[in-house]
Amino acid sequence: MKVWKYSGALALVLAVVFAVPAQAETVLRWSSQGDALTLDPHSQNEGPTVTMSLQMYEPLVGRDSSMKKQPALATSWSLTDPNTWQFKLRQGVAFHDGTPFTAADVVFSFQRAASDSSDFKPNTKGIVSVEAVDDFTVDIVLEMPNPLLPDQITNVFIMSKAWAEANNVVEPQDYKQQEETYAIRNANGTGPFKLELREPDIRTVLVRNDEWWGLSRDPHNIDRIEFRPISNKATRVAALLSGEIDFLLDPPLQDLKRIDGTSGLKTLRVNQMRTIFLGMDQGVAELRTSNVKGKNPFADLRVRRAMYQAIDIEAIREKVMRGLSIPAGFVVPPGVNGHTPARDARLPYDPAAAKALLADAGYPDGFSVRLDCPNNRYNNDERICQAVVGMFGAIGVDVDLDAIRKSLHFPKIENRETDFYLLGWGAPSTLDAQLTFLLLTHSKGEWNPTGYSNPKADALIEALPIELDLDKRNAKMAELWKIVQDDIVYLPLHHQVISWGMSDKLDIPIVPNNMPQFRWARLAS
Amino acid sequence: MLPFFVGRLTQAMAVMVAVALVAFALFTYVGDPINNMVGEQTTRADRDKLRESLGLNDPVPLQFARFVANAAVGNFGISYRLKRPVDELIAERMPATLELVLISALVSLAIGIPLGVYTAIRRHSLISRFILTASLAGVSLPTFIIGIGLIYLFAVHWGVLPSFGRGEVTSLGWWSTGLLTASGLKALILPVTTVSLFQITLILRLVRAEMLEVLRSDYIRFARARGLTNRAINFGHAFKNTLVPVITIAGLNIASLIAFSIIAETVFQWPGMGFLFIQAIEFVDIPIMAAYLVMAALVFVTINLCVDMLYFVIDPRLADDASTLPVQSR
Repeated sequence: MKVWKYSGALALVLAVVFAVPAQAETVLRWSSQGDALTLDPHSQNEGPTVTMSLQMYEPLVGRDSSMKKQPALATSWSLTDPNTWQFKLRQGVAFHDGTPFTAADVVFSFQRAASDSSDFKPNTKGIVSVEAVDDFTVDIVLEMPNPLLPDQITNVFIMSKAWAEANNVVEPQDYKQQEETYAIRNANGTGPFKLELREPDIRTVLVRNDEWWGLSRDPHNIDRIEFRPISNKATRVAALLSGEIDFLLDPPLQDLKRIDGTSGLKTLRVNQMRTIFLGMDQGVAELRTSNVKGKNPFADLRVRRAMYQAIDIEAIREKVMRGLSIPAGFVVPPGVNGHTPARDARLPYDPAAAKALLADAGYPDGFSVRLDCPNNRYNNDERICQAVVGMFGAIGVDVDLDAIRKSLHFPKIENRETDFYLLGWGAPSTLDAQLTFLLLTHSKGEWNPTGYSNPKADALIEALPIELDLDKRNAKMAELWKIVQDDIVYLPLHHQVISWGMSDKLDIPIVPNNMPQFRWARLAS
Repeated sequence: MLPFFVGRLTQAMAVMVAVALVAFALFTYVGDPINNMVGEQTTRADRDKLRESLGLNDPVPLQFARFVANAAVGNFGISYRLKRPVDELIAERMPATLELVLISALVSLAIGIPLGVYTAIRRHSLISRFILTASLAGVSLPTFIIGIGLIYLFAVHWGVLPSFGRGEVTSLGWWSTGLLTASGLKALILPVTTVSLFQITLILRLVRAEMLEVLRSDYIRFARARGLTNRAINFGHAFKNTLVPVITIAGLNIASLIAFSIIAETVFQWPGMGFLFIQAIEFVDIPIMAAYLVMAALVFVTINLCVDMLYFVIDPRLADDASTLPVQSR
């Protein structure tokens, strides 16, 4: 009897020991300044929101960690006629709720992304219709030929038609509805992670999608992702230093050394696809904030050149940016088609030449103007402005700095109320410079408040999208680049550098669009 | 009593409408939300359309009238940033703030009052001097420095307490509480310490000053002459009479903490109302800002009313004639 009793106890102990799973769950805890604004994949075209969508939803064509195009829900794509792109869809894929993925979902998602309340209309621009040829073939018909279409739709995420209809979210939320829609806090994609819990601003928990088709290509080992945003810089760093989080997307520049110096932590750096520059209103007859009356100093190329050569970009890089910037020759960052190192060369820093140019232009004693600057938008934006104000002062141009919050700064640019301003420009989703030229340097460009208007440049910008011959296109791009650089439409400053802070147990490639994807991550236990 | 109550309620409504009006007049200076609501490549036409549909192009008085009309039927609109109804968001964040503030208030009263009484009675003792010197630090150190300092000591250096967040919370109906889990309680320690440090010193110094004042008055001397014990004099007579101003100040402080414990909530990523408000300002989330300021006015008015009610309890003379109530104490 006694023996039986003990063996029973032994069996119980063994059962407990072996019931513990051989491997504990791998949990990745991470943080960033702000939360996604919504989980609706078509509602907000903004960094943190798209980053969140990328974990759960997938486009037809994705990008790998070197930003090259990569098959996602489409396995291949080709032009069937100049105006039609045909996509072959991946078979055997299911949404997180189990519904199979078919061409109808693609047709539906493109309609949704093109609807009035969508923020992804620029990504569906030029698309006339999306047609299902069969269950796993889709034709995208265009207004006019567009070789960049696959690039353009890398952020158009595919939702389940059935799910959207069942939950009454056939269109993204319209502010006029005055109520929350189901897709704001719920998600149902095909991607590598599934939503488990969503508390906006507090925590979002995603779990591994074991059914994901891409596990063999991207063999991540993350079982669970816990995201908790922390808005305060110092607290964010403290959470990383104390080991409460494994990954921090946006450590403040001044704390990178400290993170690197802490055992068990590391930082990664890469140039970001965002360029910081100064714009000057060269089209207006008389500047609003200058002591020069009756004419506009910025209209004179010599003055613009003098301003350019007054900027000591290396000093800004070292002193203001702590080495975390790459001096820029134009507003197109590396990694965007059209950019080359040669085209990114700057005019030399030469205050003496700048002074001579000013005198030559008829301003030997300089002039005064106000510089409008945001103070909560870009890395060290206000300090960059303070630095350039000093540099302009050295050549006699008296610049009065007005540094304000971005919500007040951007309307000034939009309404064309600024003489001189700082702005940063990211890479378009196509990763091609054409769109940057169109928005920033075309005479009717929506983000061109400088009044710069050059018919030759306009013609080239308009010719680029319809030029299908790659060599001819590149030649046109080169010509255009030279024109706007020679005309000194903008005073380029630098490309921003991204840095991520993380536990050294974490292995994840850093990407220039600053959107980490945890399907590439491996976390050692 | 009843007319007094009704009068106060009418006043409260007027205060809330006035606050809303001032708020709307100020929103013009906060900037344009549209740029935060759309992507970089969104066209000018689409931006204009959105601005028009939100009524941002309308004159301020019209926007204000629309807000009041909607608020009157309980509709505070939808947050630009979180895309959810504003009243729901505020209700969701309220438990976090109330737990933080009420616990901090209890801690500050429980520590501040005894220390204040002690330093008043034993004015010249070494311990009193030490307490008063230490309290200077409490008043003069800004909240965010205290918060960050505590985080670095307890979270980074010793690794014993969490640096941010509320820990695990339990839902009791619509109320979410962090008081029922170990991680929730641990998460409370640093924020509560940060918030109460200033309050403790404030109450301590107030109690001490009032107590000293009372101890000098004639009736205390008379009580001593009658040969009453020190204990009876200090606690039965002096202490009770110091309480009226202390309650007034403590009450108003609680109101301002409930409405604007922004700094502590930001430093600790505490998901309360103050944090919601500061993020709304950052984003120019007008529906939240408007509803929030009106709610803050409501909190102040309510707490003031409660404080006035407490006077009745403490000072029986007031009950005889309600009209002599101090209308607005300090």
